Amino acid sequence: MGDNLAALTIHELHDLLVKRSISARDITESVLERIAAVEDRVHAYITVLADTARKQAAQADARIARGEATYLTGIPVALKDILCTKGIPTTCGSKMLANFVPPYDATVIEKLQQQGAVFIGKTSMDEFAMGSSNETSFFGPVHNPWDLSRVPGGSSGGSAAAVAADECIAALGTDTGGSIRQPAALCGVVGMKPTYGRVSRYGLIAFASSLDQIGPITKDVTDAALLLACISGHDDRDATSIDAPVPDYRSALIPHVRGMKIGIPTECFHEGLDPEIDAAVRMALEVLREQGAEIRDVSLPHTRYAVAVYYLIAPAEASSNLARYDGVAYGFRCDHPEDLQDMYERTRSEGFGSEVKRRIMLGTYALSAGYYDAYYKKASQVRTLIRRDFENAFAQCDLIITPTTPTPAFKLGEKLDDPLSMYLSDIFTIPANLAGLPGISLPCGFTASGLPIGLQIIGNVLQEETVLRCAYCYEQSTAWHTRKPLCV
Amino acid sequence: MEVRILLPEPFFTEVPVKITAHDVVHVARLARLHIPDKEIEAMTGQLNAILEYFETLQEINTTDIPPSTHAVALTNAFRDDRCSPSLAPEEALANAPETEQSYFKVPKIIET
Repeated sequence: MGDNLAALTIHELHDLLVKRSISARDITESVLERIAAVEDRVHAYITVLADTARKQAAQADARIARGEATYLTGIPVALKDILCTKGIPTTCGSKMLANFVPPYDATVIEKLQQQGAVFIGKTSMDEFAMGSSNETSFFGPVHNPWDLSRVPGGSSGGSAAAVAADECIAALGTDTGGSIRQPAALCGVVGMKPTYGRVSRYGLIAFASSLDQIGPITKDVTDAALLLACISGHDDRDATSIDAPVPDYRSALIPHVRGMKIGIPTECFHEGLDPEIDAAVRMALEVLREQGAEIRDVSLPHTRYAVAVYYLIAPAEASSNLARYDGVAYGFRCDHPEDLQDMYERTRSEGFGSEVKRRIMLGTYALSAGYYDAYYKKASQVRTLIRRDFENAFAQCDLIITPTTPTPAFKLGEKLDDPLSMYLSDIFTIPANLAGLPGISLPCGFTASGLPIGLQIIGNVLQEETVLRCAYCYEQSTAWHTRKPLCV
Repeated sequence: MEVRILLPEPFFTEVPVKITAHDVVHVARLARLHIPDKEIEAMTGQLNAILEYFETLQEINTTDIPPSTHAVALTNAFRDDRCSPSLAPEEALANAPETEQSYFKVPKIIET
């Protein structure tokens, strides 16, 4: 046994491991073979950790032999290259950090290590997680496994593509405005952004601190529940971490939604929505209705402003967070600086790519004297109105369902010179970040040309179990998640 | 030594106007970025398109609406004040572009 292990899920492999039908080494070798076969077409990884993975697999096999296996023991997990890994380069997709080797591990990395997971590689991403197509990576674009001429989405595009192409069993991504859910949708996999504060951000390279959250990208909903359970929990080292017990997310996976009230924001189904996505989401709602859910219209009137609010707040926070890249303590420094000022300016101009510079410019402008009230403060006030829209909606329903994206995966290069059109691809995912809510994207169909379509389910604060249960029920009623891309 | 002064300029008007090339140079200086001359026009155009889109926010009445700085209500996260292990100096310095003894080294700041 061994050749197709890379195509399996965490729970399928765990069952085989505890039965001793396979070893952790078999799984890791299968994944490394798959990487060797397809990576030159997909480019999902910045760093493949073959040696590290083989060592960890051997440790996992010893642990399994002792009868101490947990769900993640021996499972090859890919890590977005924004998560600090001690002694392993962490580039954030940027020239600025191309040679950065963190001296410590992120909390989520420690948690995975404690479970005996195998680190198969660091995945590609938009530079500093700023992008929706993975094209802003200093290390080159990732290709969508369903159509290599198209983007995988972003910014966790490498993680989503690696999961879709079976170049790992599961992956971690980060989501500031949709960066887990949007690429999961475009790559036909499951991606979940937990409640803000559910997962520690310690060791996550900061982009927009009031929005950033780490979450799982997996082949099915069960795996999302297992990986989320592993990484969640309070952490003293992140002051925004929520001190609430972590439920057993797997026990939430009950395949029925009888009596569940699902709200559909009428604002989402407008003329900008791709007709095939519109049809797939309406079909998905019919499936859930047949399973006993009650579908009702709700209104989120201020979400039409969410993209504008986000692209003020996130760049404002980024302009502050990225001030640390000054060529002094770590990261890139320009050659032969004339003086300190010259060093700062040339280090930052040569070290950052154009999208990062554009967002630093936007954020600096929005926070600058004379513009603060009109832009940053105004956006923060409208953020309050968006949060209130969700509070009102959740007084009437348990969950909210929307499409994950307005269009399927677009062509590489299609939106690269039109930042605004790129920003609008996050239109359905951004509101959950602004309100701090958990959201999942899971496959709900394919376009006629074979591109995946994502269904987004949003829950109230800390209602991950409700989100997972609904997602699981839908998944068990359909077979979309079992399809594999053929072009890799 | 050259001292760069941040210009107040008519740039800071009451009502937001679309950003000019002059503003772009000014904001770049605030952000410690150098935008090459040949890129200023493109950057100005892109920022203008984005700022134009942001104008939609002005149609919302936000009088008496408190701003949200965080999505989920937070209280102070207190912890005990106790020593815990921290990075050894050589680890903290390992990624530095230039060091001397146990210091980060930068170009000379004060003329002698």
